[in-house]
Amino acid sequence: MSIDLEKLAEQEYKYGFFTDIEQEIAPKGLGEDTIRLISSKKQEPEWLLEWRLKAYRHWLTMKEPRWAHVSFPPIDYQNISYYAAPKVKVGPKSLDEIDPEIRKTYEKLGIPLDEQMMLAGVAVDAVFDSVSVITTFKEKLAEVGVIFCSISDAVREHPALVKKYLGFVVPQNDNFYAALNSAVFTDGSFVYIPKGVRCPMELSTYFRINAESTGQFERTLIIAEEGSYVSYLEGCTAPKRDENQLHAAVVELIAHKDATIKYSTIQNWYPGNAEGEGGIYNFVTKRGRCVGRNSHISWTQVETGSAITWKYPSCILEGDGSVGEFYSVALTNRRQQADTGTKMIHIGKNTSSTIVSKGISAGHGQNTYRGLVQIGKDASGARNYTQCDSMLIGDKCGAHTFPYIEVKNSTAQMEHEASTSKIGEDQIFYCQQRGLSAENAVSLIVNGFCKEVFKELPFEFAIEAEKLLSISLEGSVG
Amino acid sequence: MLEIRNLHVSIADQEIIKGLNLKVKAGEVHSIMGPNGSGKSTLAQVLAGRASYVVTEGEIIFEGKDLLELAPEERACEGIFMAFQYPVEIPGVANTYLLREALNSIRKYRGLEPLKHVEFARLAKEKMGIMGMADNLLKRSVNEGFSGGEKKKNEIFQMQILEPKLAILDETDSGLDIDALKVVADGVNALRSPERAFVIITHYQRLLDYIVPDFVHVLVDGRILKSGGKELAFELEDRGYGWVEEEARKAVNN
Ligand SMILES: Nc1ncnc2c1ncn2[C@@H]1O[C@H](COP(=O)(O)OP(=O)(O)O)[C@@H](O)[C@H]1O
Ligand SMILES: [Mg+2]
Repeated sequence: MSIDLEKLAEQEYKYGFFTDIEQEIAPKGLGEDTIRLISSKKQEPEWLLEWRLKAYRHWLTMKEPRWAHVSFPPIDYQNISYYAAPKVKVGPKSLDEIDPEIRKTYEKLGIPLDEQMMLAGVAVDAVFDSVSVITTFKEKLAEVGVIFCSISDAVREHPALVKKYLGFVVPQNDNFYAALNSAVFTDGSFVYIPKGVRCPMELSTYFRINAESTGQFERTLIIAEEGSYVSYLEGCTAPKRDENQLHAAVVELIAHKDATIKYSTIQNWYPGNAEGEGGIYNFVTKRGRCVGRNSHISWTQVETGSAITWKYPSCILEGDGSVGEFYSVALTNRRQQADTGTKMIHIGKNTSSTIVSKGISAGHGQNTYRGLVQIGKDASGARNYTQCDSMLIGDKCGAHTFPYIEVKNSTAQMEHEASTSKIGEDQIFYCQQRGLSAENAVSLIVNGFCKEVFKELPFEFAIEAEKLLSISLEGSVG
Repeated sequence: MLEIRNLHVSIADQEIIKGLNLKVKAGEVHSIMGPNGSGKSTLAQVLAGRASYVVTEGEIIFEGKDLLELAPEERACEGIFMAFQYPVEIPGVANTYLLREALNSIRKYRGLEPLKHVEFARLAKEKMGIMGMADNLLKRSVNEGFSGGEKKKNEIFQMQILEPKLAILDETDSGLDIDALKVVADGVNALRSPERAFVIITHYQRLLDYIVPDFVHVLVDGRILKSGGKELAFELEDRGYGWVEEEARKAVNN
């Protein structure tokens, strides 16, 4: 009755295929030339090239952060290619102009790009390596004034908005990976929701790494004007490879007065094999600024992939009465390592934040929650609720929590709950005795553990997340 | 239905069951009695397939199949149910959810369509009524924060939903007050049928006032030392287990 681990390890990552298409890949290596090349490929204005170069020059002075509870060999930044693109024309594209192989790729991933075939009510920006290949439902969204396009298109078509907000939340010199991203970012999504508009569809971006020896450096910018609402979801996959690939993204969210942004992530990058070979290094900076009164930013993430995850989606609560939320499920199996959490920076009065983190470690996985709650001296009436739960499956994995709290205003109300549990052999046996396989028992228990987070996801994606979790857990019981 | 031949079981290299034989036919109710530590729960767990209990010798045939070849969930799907002496708590998993998944898993194994949510809800409501359980116990996490009595009732409730062929009840009566005991007994009696068998482990005769067994076996130190009809239970109640051991010793010496 013991489960064949090797067999499971082989079948478990079903998105590990490679699409063979004609593509353009920049030579490996990073220098000012590389940045000029990217900028010219994208036909960018001069100010953006300068912006990139400034970031690059700053990056040269920075050191890779090593404080996270993860370990990996040094990354050779000269051995990465910074631009890979399927051969397509620059600018907005129609479906017929997309390489059929790429269309097939997305179909295989369960994301048909044909608007008729898509999930009703979800618009998709499909980013393939360094470029966005299509953005669906653009016209329909434009009718209500919503801009949803690739960031490259936005640079050309909405330069004033991009210039105003790029780096508004995550400055070029914010941290090592953010500086690198600012220098070499290739594509990503741009969303603008005008005043008073409730975005009529879910917006989503699907990131696919395909090319070998490349990094993916995407940049996403979402601006919600006064009184607007948007729900946005990103998903990610990559082929199975023995080498590690770097994904260093930056996401910036800006919520004005009374605006709400819900940002959900289902991250399923290739996690590497059972021995820890290959897999994506997911080093991401995600941050939102609640600049307006009563604005609201909510992050929900389900992190099941990547060899290493280094990620802290955060909220800066500047507007009085603004609300920040972070709901997270992070699963590490095999040799995966995750160091993830959030920062809630309370600046305005009566700001409130909620953190619910569920870490699951199986196999040899290492899972760390790292969170900062900071209450500034003027943030009277600020409140935070933090709940931080860890679950262990087996005895070779690890769970760690590092909650940091800085309170400079005595009226703050802070609540913190934490727990660590272990899926017991007796629990699994109990479920088996009722007729469930050990694996189904584990996924039942784990899904129960994650319920509070899943209920924050849009419905279709909550189901997707449950399935994904079950697949990612395969091989975790023996 | 069930035949156990010369069963030897060890746990942590210590032999607990030392050559046990038992035959159970469909429709029968067998009671296994014996002092604490005699191996009653061990027998139940081995029938259910717990991996930490190692069968070193002997065989168990259930409905013509070699039970020891089957995984615990396969045994469950074949129709074996065990009411646990100490039901485990599973935080975060709703009672109703586990049970629906379990029932549908068993139905799938048997080539049946899964039960729809409404159908399951109707079934659950009916059985909850029989067991006199509060509605909210369905929505709550499996056994979490349940009282001792609620846990035991929940086991019998699950049995009623899953309708096993062979039900093994491990001290379901322990820790129940008389009212709860009656409810549990009613729950069991409601399921008695010519196609179904019960192995009821207890060390009080009390439960057997309500569930009348066809056979009573005395398990002492890993062996069945004596078997008889329901009157044996009364005798054990009066005289304890000592005399059974005494008798057995004499029989060996003769
Ligand atoms: N997990 C275990 N590890 C070690 N010894 C055990 C374990 N389970 C049971 N035993 C031992 O096996 C013997 C029989 O236990 P058990 O079957 O629970 O008895 P009963 O149910 O008849 O009271 C006891 O001596 C007990 O201590
Ligand atoms: Mg016992």
